[in-house]
Amino acid sequence: MSQSEFALELLDLRKSFGKSEIIRGTQLQVRRGERVAIIGPNGAGKSTLFNLISGRFAPSSGEIRLNGKRIDGRKPYEINRLGLARSFQVSNLFTRLSVFENIRCALLWSMGYRYAFWKFLAGLDDANDRTDELLELLKLDKRRDVLAMNLTYAEARVLEIGITIAGGADVILLDEPTAGMSKSETKRFIQLIRDATVGKTLLTVEHDMGVVFGLADKIAVLVYGEIIAFDVPDAVRADPRVQEAYLGSVLAEAQVAGSPA
Amino acid sequence: MSVTRTPHAGPNFHFKPYNVGRWLIWGFFALALLVAPVIWTSGLAQTMLTQIGIAIIACLAYNILLGQGGMLSFGHSAYSGLGSFLAIHSLNLASSGSWNIPVSLVPLTGGLAGLGFAILLGYVSTKKAGTPFAMITLGIGELIWSMSLMLPEFSGGEGGVSGNRVFGKAVMGITFGPQIQVYYLVAVYCFICTALMFALTRTPLGRMLNAVRDNPERVEFIGYDTHSVRYMAFMLSGLFSGIAGGLAALNFEMVTAEVVGAARSGSYLLFTFLGGATFFFGPILGAILMVVALVLFSELTKAWLLYLGLIFLFMVMYAPGGLASLIMMNLRVAAFGKLRRLWASYLALAGTALTMLAGGGALVEMIYHTQLNEALGPELQFIGVTLNSEGIDAWFGSSFLLLVGIGLFEVARRQFRLEWDETQEEIEKEIKRRELL
Repeated sequence: MSQSEFALELLDLRKSFGKSEIIRGTQLQVRRGERVAIIGPNGAGKSTLFNLISGRFAPSSGEIRLNGKRIDGRKPYEINRLGLARSFQVSNLFTRLSVFENIRCALLWSMGYRYAFWKFLAGLDDANDRTDELLELLKLDKRRDVLAMNLTYAEARVLEIGITIAGGADVILLDEPTAGMSKSETKRFIQLIRDATVGKTLLTVEHDMGVVFGLADKIAVLVYGEIIAFDVPDAVRADPRVQEAYLGSVLAEAQVAGSPA
Repeated sequence: MSVTRTPHAGPNFHFKPYNVGRWLIWGFFALALLVAPVIWTSGLAQTMLTQIGIAIIACLAYNILLGQGGMLSFGHSAYSGLGSFLAIHSLNLASSGSWNIPVSLVPLTGGLAGLGFAILLGYVSTKKAGTPFAMITLGIGELIWSMSLMLPEFSGGEGGVSGNRVFGKAVMGITFGPQIQVYYLVAVYCFICTALMFALTRTPLGRMLNAVRDNPERVEFIGYDTHSVRYMAFMLSGLFSGIAGGLAALNFEMVTAEVVGAARSGSYLLFTFLGGATFFFGPILGAILMVVALVLFSELTKAWLLYLGLIFLFMVMYAPGGLASLIMMNLRVAAFGKLRRLWASYLALAGTALTMLAGGGALVEMIYHTQLNEALGPELQFIGVTLNSEGIDAWFGSSFLLLVGIGLFEVARRQFRLEWDETQEEIEKEIKRRELL
């Protein structure tokens, strides 16, 4: 691993779809072990940013560095092998496999089993033990043999996070992990994410401010494809540019909804 | 999962019970292969059993793609067929004395050919999944088919390539002359290949192949290259397909260009699906069905392809998991002791379906008869009844039977649907209750 002090760096990152530029020169440097929440009004490009970092799309220009190593334009699986994992806003599971199999699939590569067809899964004690440990940590051990498609919504969200962290990546991107969850579920879920990501660098896209303060040490504000503020929560809250951007968007949303702000 | 483990066992303690059930099933499979020709001793039966053994390997190999990898191939006969050609050429080299290879290993040259061509052609085929994959395999299948006709030195042109599997000295009295000896060779290959393909489903590659089937996008984000997973599965499928092709060459001592044809590819797809792609043993049922249909049905009636098409249609509509899923669903009902309740409905379904079938079948047979067999006079035999295809009675009677059958069947089906759903609901409840205990 290189000696870079930053786990993740975005340098003048740009992405256009056709003529519209969604990400316009984003700059961000995340230190090792930092927990960052990315917030911003709808359409600011938060999900696009995650898609660029995780390799789903290639950026139009600019650089992305993971532990000092350039990863922009690489394939998702190459980026994952270098130690970056992401979750999805809509649960993205292996629906016809059991909960146990879902997690085990997610850690096979990192444990070095790759494309082996000369070893039995049942004999991979380390992978099976690790899977069971993770299931206990995620409190999914009672649902071990249930097919992923038969899980409740909240359980599916937990499994989504489980698949993301299983490979042991040290940079984790979570795309709206609590989307669609009830208040009480969210609270438990936040604690679970905290437990599961101890010591890792964490980036979260989130709308729920409760979640933002629960998970993040620092907040990055993305507006129209640019990071306009990146600091500890109190400093971000006091930032006049953030207030302007947020107030503006709140007013706009209120007008769309037809109710006075 | 064969390994059950108590959740609180320490990380270094592994309780792996001897899986009695699995040994029983494999023992039964071996026994079935062993005694089948003792039970069915006629010449026809032996030919069919040999073909079934070969078809089992071919359908299981095809299902590595279809059922386990979610890859719909329209050109898989390319690999079994090229295996057949390479095997028959190897056989001829061996019988002319220029290559010293025992007859029993000739099918392996077919396997190597299948593997080799899968390495060559699979790379492009597996670049994409879904519809592009299907289209590419279709294209490559057509390519191989037309190439085989363009290279008569290789394919023997219209007449094909023939060979002779009986040459040299007999090893321990085995010459592979009699059909029964070929059958047992096929049975050994069938057992080993089936075991190997089952083993594949229990390995990291096999499981990742399921993951690629379910959600290729997510696989890319957990470190796996979906193309590599598909490509490796494709190669293994090609290997086993080639072995099946090699065995077929040995069995028929004759290989014509139709072994690489689209019809062959189509029948792999059709029968693997009918047998059931979602369970490992489904294609085995499909293979049995394939040989029975191709050999027996085609003797029974000229309209057999029509009936087969109808069966396929109904299977796709009502039981997309094939025969295997029907069996497994009913086993589940039986395991919860609720099968007894469905018997009456099943009887009603069967009775009304037979009525429908008798009416429909009579109509179809009469149409075929008037079109194809007019020279034989207006009368034909249908399940023991003499029908006059020129009289109005037969047409009216069969139509009436068909319509009544359809009506009653629909009533029976609705009743069955209700009872079935009720049973499933009760089973779900029972499972929930057991989970809470």
